[in-house]
Amino acid sequence: MSEIIKKFLYVNRKAPYGTIYAQESLEVVLIGAAFDQDVSVAFLDDGVFQLTKGQDTTAAGLKNFSPTFRALGDYEVTKLYVEQESLDERGLTLDDLQDIQYEDEDDDYAEKPSIIVVSRAEMADVMADQDVILSF
Amino acid sequence: MSYDVNGATIEHDEEGYITNLSEWSKELAGIIAVAEDIDMGEEHWAVVNFLREYYEEYQIAPAVRVLIKSIKKSMGPEVGNNKYMYELFPYGPAKQACKIAGLPKPTGCV
Repeated sequence: MSEIIKKFLYVNRKAPYGTIYAQESLEVVLIGAAFDQDVSVAFLDDGVFQLTKGQDTTAAGLKNFSPTFRALGDYEVTKLYVEQESLDERGLTLDDLQDIQYEDEDDDYAEKPSIIVVSRAEMADVMADQDVILSF
Repeated sequence: MSYDVNGATIEHDEEGYITNLSEWSKELAGIIAVAEDIDMGEEHWAVVNFLREYYEEYQIAPAVRVLIKSIKKSMGPEVGNNKYMYELFPYGPAKQACKIAGLPKPTGCV
């Protein structure tokens, strides 16, 4: 096994339940997290809906997988970039999103927010900084 | 493929994970444990109950290293360590305990 740590970014652009992309992406993130790489996840366009609070999938007959985002910290996935413009365009604010936290082992297990809201320009910088980008 | 619990038929997949998670019961857990050659003690049940609570909260069965880390946090390092967890569940704490707990195969177990 190579010891080189690469920066992986998983980009989510689709709403959570109309297609299988969102759920599959989350599954890949969780599986990929086993490989000790530097993993971040980005949410833009309709992808920001994936993180919204109070999802109810009963009528759709699908599994509500949104609680799983709160487990990402356990998998050491602690950077969830959310694009401000995508929120604005959909009338959403940070308050509409789940409160997702991780425990910082290097800081006496203090709970810190995983969601980082960035502008479109900053998102471009985040992407430019990656070794691998996987788009869903 | 199915388990038989007091005459009720509980379907499972080719690896023994039950198909319909809502059909789980403590009795079924005991039957799966026997099939897995595990003698369920207090600690085994504690892990199984922990997994069911984790699934309830996050809707996933955690990978083995996440499970052991979380057990360490909630039950202490004398239970939450690799050696002890593999003593409890020799064929993989996450895989075997999830099967007994009636959960899907863990996500992120490679």
